[in-house]
Amino acid sequence: MMVSKLIILVVIVLGAILIAQIMKIQRTLSEITGRKEEEISQKNNRLNANLMLLFMIVLFGGFIYLMQEYGWTGRGSSASKHGHDLDWLLNLNLIIILIVFFLTHFFLLYFSFKYVKKPGVKAYFFPHSSKLEMIWTFIPASALAVIIILGLTIWNDVTSESSAEAIRVELFSKQFDWTARYSGKDNKLGKFDYKLTLDNNQLALMTTNTIDSAIQNMETGPQGIKTLEAKLKDKNFVTSKEEKQKIKDAIDRKSRLVRLLYQMKNRYDSKMDVMAWDDIIQKDTLYLCVNKEYEMTFRSKDVIHSAYFPDFRVQMNTVPGMTTRFKFTPDITTKEFIKKNNKPKDFNFSLMCNKICGGAHYKMKMIVVVLDEKEYNDWMSSKANATFKDKYFAKTN
Amino acid sequence: MAEVINGETHGHQEESFVSKYIFSYDHKMISKQYLMTAIVTGVTAMILSILFRIQLAWPGESSDFLSLFLGEQWAPGGVLKEDMYLGLVTIHGTLMVFFLLTGGLSGTFSNLLIPLQIGARDMASGFLNMLSYWLFFLSSLIMLVSLFIETGPAMSGWTVYPPLSALPQSISGSGMGMTLWLVSMAIFIASSLLGSLNYIVTVINLRTQGMSMMRLPLTVWAFFITAIIGVLSFPVLLSAALLLLMDRMLGTSFYLSDIIIGGEMLTNHGGSPILYQHLFWFLGHPEVYIVLIPALGLSSEIIATNTRKPIFGYKAMVGSILAIAFLSFIVWAHHMFVTGMNPFLGSVFVFTTLLIAIPSAVKVFNYITTLWKGSIIYTPATLFIIGLVSSFISGGVTGIILADAALDIMVHDTYFVVAHFHVVMGLSAVFGMFAGVYHWFPKMFGRMMNTTLGYIHFWVTLIGAYGVFFPMHFIGIAGAPRRYYDYSVYGDFDVDQYAMIVDLNVIITIFAIIAALGQVVFLYNFFYSIFYGQRATQNPWKANSLEWTTPVEHMHGNWPGELPTVYRWPYDYSNPEHEEDFVPQTVPLKEGETAH
Ligand code: HEM
Ligand SMILES: [Cu+2]
Ligand SMILES: [Cu+2]
Repeated sequence: MMVSKLIILVVIVLGAILIAQIMKIQRTLSEITGRKEEEISQKNNRLNANLMLLFMIVLFGGFIYLMQEYGWTGRGSSASKHGHDLDWLLNLNLIIILIVFFLTHFFLLYFSFKYVKKPGVKAYFFPHSSKLEMIWTFIPASALAVIIILGLTIWNDVTSESSAEAIRVELFSKQFDWTARYSGKDNKLGKFDYKLTLDNNQLALMTTNTIDSAIQNMETGPQGIKTLEAKLKDKNFVTSKEEKQKIKDAIDRKSRLVRLLYQMKNRYDSKMDVMAWDDIIQKDTLYLCVNKEYEMTFRSKDVIHSAYFPDFRVQMNTVPGMTTRFKFTPDITTKEFIKKNNKPKDFNFSLMCNKICGGAHYKMKMIVVVLDEKEYNDWMSSKANATFKDKYFAKTN
Repeated sequence: MAEVINGETHGHQEESFVSKYIFSYDHKMISKQYLMTAIVTGVTAMILSILFRIQLAWPGESSDFLSLFLGEQWAPGGVLKEDMYLGLVTIHGTLMVFFLLTGGLSGTFSNLLIPLQIGARDMASGFLNMLSYWLFFLSSLIMLVSLFIETGPAMSGWTVYPPLSALPQSISGSGMGMTLWLVSMAIFIASSLLGSLNYIVTVINLRTQGMSMMRLPLTVWAFFITAIIGVLSFPVLLSAALLLLMDRMLGTSFYLSDIIIGGEMLTNHGGSPILYQHLFWFLGHPEVYIVLIPALGLSSEIIATNTRKPIFGYKAMVGSILAIAFLSFIVWAHHMFVTGMNPFLGSVFVFTTLLIAIPSAVKVFNYITTLWKGSIIYTPATLFIIGLVSSFISGGVTGIILADAALDIMVHDTYFVVAHFHVVMGLSAVFGMFAGVYHWFPKMFGRMMNTTLGYIHFWVTLIGAYGVFFPMHFIGIAGAPRRYYDYSVYGDFDVDQYAMIVDLNVIITIFAIIAALGQVVFLYNFFYSIFYGQRATQNPWKANSLEWTTPVEHMHGNWPGELPTVYRWPYDYSNPEHEEDFVPQTVPLKEGETAH
């Protein structure tokens, strides 16, 4: 790093010296010769024409170098089923656009080199040609037709509905971490409502008990309506007018929320409790089973985040107030992936946040591990007594 | 206009300093004011980018440069704060896109060239024109001031998506900084609308005798269509911003639903953050063409002049701008493929988006054909135009990948996108703007810029720019998300990839610094030449369009005496029926000559 800083410093100094020198020489020179700025000398024309050729070499060379060094395989091979289709499509598209890139640049830079002004040669008056223009409307149009058809076929495939037996998992996002919720034995995720959020129910799952305790907390909890009203009456406590207004606003807000909670309670059918009770909530590491289809749903507590699994070629925003989904099938375990791709031993699949969501956006991640079926079942059984129900009552007791 | 008749006197000595230099109604002065303001915002935005690039290349290391600019509050011990990283990125993007390349680019060249090239004495309304500039100035000022307030500038990216931008609890910049951002943008939009309406009316009504629409230089076509796009799309951004302001201040729920933030349960219900994105991108996508089309217009004019050839396919060029303008209104949701919107809707936007590639390709092929068998004269402007065509190709082809919804799943919001839009929009428009400044400097200031410094500026900028943005594609395709303060998370996933990202980030930052230093050469040349450059002649580039028939010395009303009459299109370069290799638009047709 020191070296880089040194290099920068040297570049700055050399550059400054260069400019000053050039200006000096230029000024004296044009004073002597009476040269006009707009009359570009043949020498300068040729110089720039040659530089165009040189630039072509540098541009192509630089690109090929980067390609070799970091190539589009920089992202590693896909670890999900549909990912292979996407990779195929990406490669095809890259080939097409690279051909276009190289060809058009070749013509652009070669013409720039070749057709530099030559004394006594007039330019060729060539204002238009319907034939040529037709050709280059038609060529891109037909290439695009292929790209569109293939692209949409795969897009429809990737976004289609998952099968009935797909495993349902939910990813819950908030500033700045992820929580996964497995649907448990019944493969049904419990219902939720953000108003039910409490310390012991971070994901706001909906059961008879959680509704009751949310109402109770809202009415008589430490920040509940009753408590606030008492505060408001207490002359020693409330000092300024502003503070008073703030408390009043809070009471207003909570009264509205409580009304809604009562409505929820009235409509709620306690038969749905089981859907939530057997869910398994998992932090830090997401375990997936190889070759099983996952129907993943996403939601957010606060701002928009985005669930980005580069290895699985999966990305979906998590949006407060709505649920989004993505289906995919991991098709290689972490261990095999490391072996096959020569990855470092401590390699892991990643889940990153990919929508700007606040200061620590860049740290919002989860490790993903794909296990083979036996390992996965072992892990699941280890969780058999750690369902939402188990944890909920363990805590409230 | 009585005093104008006598070309000898400048005719406006009685003007005060204030009415000549400050609240001027004269389009040429207003154009210069726009350019100066644009340079200030552009340089600021560039410095901001260097600041956050230092953090990306040497994350967490102390830097004197950062302490110098940001002080203890935002860079304690010379290490940039997380929040401020996002603040710098946000203001960098906003300044570049809106202030340098929308207000600045159109403001400078539409103002300078529309009246001069259509043969008008001034804009349709000098007063609205002045008002438009001063609103632009005010909004720039507010945006720049927002960098200095206690809680920092807006930090939710230049797209300011709610809820992040709506909730002050979610990031410090969403407090006062965001309010200033919205106020500034509202004023900016007002300025842009006044300007655009003026351009449209002027082009329609004030063309001189003989200047039919199909004899307009392509620059004017470009400015005209850009103004129409602006008038149709900016009001939508204004409404998006106003709704956001209401969610922030009045407790409405347009964009908010079911949110708990900072431990507080909000009562907002029923709004949708996605609605904001639809409204934003309804402007946002046309916006990239508002940035790009004027640059393409400038390049059409310059490339013809300096290859001494007519622009190839004039009608196709006009047609493709029209097609691009139309299509740009029905592609916006390609920015939203992974927001969870209906996949079928996504398909429709894939289709319309990829269609835009066709008129864009036509433009590129036409430029290249214009070079073919030309007689290229390498002024600095020519160089920048070739740079523009190059970056338009390089950035355009990657758009094909982003437009393909299936592929966008992989690269959305990664550095691949950052690379794409910088190359296709940032570089192309900036190159076009530089070319315009070099080419029309003699018209603006009556003096010439130094050619050799222009060459150095170009080659350093070109190499620097590709050095910055080429590697970004590779980081992006490897999956590195954008708007990341550092890439330390990769330490948990893949240390090899972490090494690659850091490697390339160092290279990028070094090139960015080189490119930034290249701009010092430009600034030096620009300001030096305003005062000490060689005096310009009337038509230094031997061009055909009308602006070169006006006297070098600026005057109200542009032409002494009668307005010029136009007899031909502006691209009669090297016409075999004429001796000279250029035939100004004011030259009547020869006997037996057919108009183009
Ligand atoms: C000195 C040259 C420049 C450098 C080194 C540079 C670099 C960057 C970088 C690294 C980012 C952050 C990307 C991210 O984290 O998402 C960025 C963002 C951005 N830049 Fe530049 N940039 C330069 C010039 C420009 C120009 C000429 C434009 C004009 C179009 C521009 C427009 C933007 C925009 C719109 C953003 C997005 C801001 C956001 O994410 O909210 N930049 N730039
Ligand atoms: Cu996040
Ligand atoms: Cu777009």
